[in-house]
Amino acid sequence: MPELLQFLLSGITVGAVYALVALGFTIIYNASDVVNFAQGEFVMLGGMITVFAHAAGMPLPLAALIAVIATAGVGVALNKLAIEPARGAPVVSLIIITIGASIFIRGAAQLVFDKQIHRFPAFSGDQPIAIGGATILPQSLWVIAGALAVFFCLWLFFTRTLTGRAVLATANNRVAAQLVGINTNYVMTLSFSMSAAIGALAGVLVTPITLTSYDVGLALALKGFAAAMLGGMGNPKGALAGGLLLGILEAMTAGYISSQYKDAAAFIVILAVLFAMPQGLFGRKSTDRV
Amino acid sequence: MRLSSKATTLLILAAVIAIAPVFFPSSYYFRVGSLIFVNGLAVTGLVILIGYAGQISLGHAGFAGIGAYACALAPVHLGLHPALAAVLGAFLSAAIAFLVGRPILRLKGYYLAVASLGFGILVSMVLSNEAQLTGGPDGMAVPELGLRAALKAVGIDLSNTAFWYAFSGLVLVIGAWLALNLHHSPTGRALRALHGSEIAARTVGVDVAHYKLVAFVISAVYASVSGSLLALQNKFITPDVGGFMHSIEMVTMTVLGGAGSVLGAILGAAILTTLPQVLTVFQEYEQLMLGLVMMLVMIFMREGLLPSITRRIRGRGE
Repeated sequence: MPELLQFLLSGITVGAVYALVALGFTIIYNASDVVNFAQGEFVMLGGMITVFAHAAGMPLPLAALIAVIATAGVGVALNKLAIEPARGAPVVSLIIITIGASIFIRGAAQLVFDKQIHRFPAFSGDQPIAIGGATILPQSLWVIAGALAVFFCLWLFFTRTLTGRAVLATANNRVAAQLVGINTNYVMTLSFSMSAAIGALAGVLVTPITLTSYDVGLALALKGFAAAMLGGMGNPKGALAGGLLLGILEAMTAGYISSQYKDAAAFIVILAVLFAMPQGLFGRKSTDRV
Repeated sequence: MRLSSKATTLLILAAVIAIAPVFFPSSYYFRVGSLIFVNGLAVTGLVILIGYAGQISLGHAGFAGIGAYACALAPVHLGLHPALAAVLGAFLSAAIAFLVGRPILRLKGYYLAVASLGFGILVSMVLSNEAQLTGGPDGMAVPELGLRAALKAVGIDLSNTAFWYAFSGLVLVIGAWLALNLHHSPTGRALRALHGSEIAARTVGVDVAHYKLVAFVISAVYASVSGSLLALQNKFITPDVGGFMHSIEMVTMTVLGGAGSVLGAILGAAILTTLPQVLTVFQEYEQLMLGLVMMLVMIFMREGLLPSITRRIRGRGE
């Protein structure tokens, strides 16, 4: 049993990161109907900027704050420079634009920073905590708590604030939202900055465990995308469930079957879920209007 | 008019392939040329899937990987001639595309994108993890095709690069010819009808699921043959040929040049194959430039380079 618990704990840690990336996908998808393949680069930027700001002598919390704010800026720039001018383009074009953006950001990071692997110290030490025969790193608790906090704040934002409701209204029907006086361009900007900030925060939280380098974004984007799809695109609860499920699944496959094929498990399950439930686990059934 | 547009496309393609070597200062250019043709072939298949049928796949490199590794593995383990191995790879790709295609193609848009992406990743994962069979990430050697030696025996002596330039150029022209024929066939019309509107196509009696599958299988065969050609030409193959980035490259080439047109997509393949060769001088900036080109073309020329440019020229003429 301690073995199972151990795999579960590490699965939840990784899953919390996937959930945050999936949440980023969800927020942008709801606001603009775009799946942003550059989402993983936000996580990379969060980690890398913190590393370099910290190395330049800043205290860690300040460095992390700067990383989150700077990445949010990158998100806004992405929206203004690449997504808004392409409004109404077909899905294939949008996929290529955001993949182009992801390659561009990776190329820029390689120039601005370097190609080395980096980390910074864990927030509260590296002494593992024992739980029922299994152990967990204090940093894992930070990751899990961070993810829960983000989801809780977002829930408050969407249900208790006027701006949050404006975002939901825009996601539901853009034209109708405009008609009742919602500034949908502002909602887009807000969504991209929130999504980028959440990605960056995930990067800050997880870097002490997984390390970071300029090219970690792509794999995270694919997993996050898969997690979002698993839960049902456009549903924040689905993002949380999909992310955690994917993380646990990977950890179990790595532990019990083969660590080489842990990534395969994720995609096999996604294919199976999509075949059986084309809308994902929590997605709504939609009917096309003719 | 329609017929002449097909003839024009083939004529332009054949003429460019035949005349370009006159301007080649070194054998390196033959090599780049044959890489363009290999990519052009895969991209022509995607024109059928993306341009005609309007479906997306982010996993077609998986089929290229199958074609490539068939040429590496079948001669060693089954004792097949490399050319037969390529045929076997094409059949295998078609069979897998048939099996995977039916459930995958029920999905639309982003869901189809993630499902095909997942398929591609599974294939590339098998290629890099089954090291005892495929040599893992280090790759493996591919036997000689032997056609050049046969040509030499009948008095046609070509250098290695020139041979592959001519051979892959020929395969590309054949592939383009088949794709253009398909465009004007009943199948092609059915594909374009379901691209326009699946519901409308179904209403007039098009078996949507069947035709989507046809397009998927055909494009998989194109990708597989392209992978085989690459393997035979390089005489060495790594799992990268089946990787996610290769899938993305293929789709980008198609859409960049113009997914609706065979010639456009091949132009896209030419540009994206040449770009890294030109940019090796600025190796540090390669990714930056590639990402920038992808974004700019898709934002400012949504139909792709060739259709946008021809429209502009025609617009001026009128």
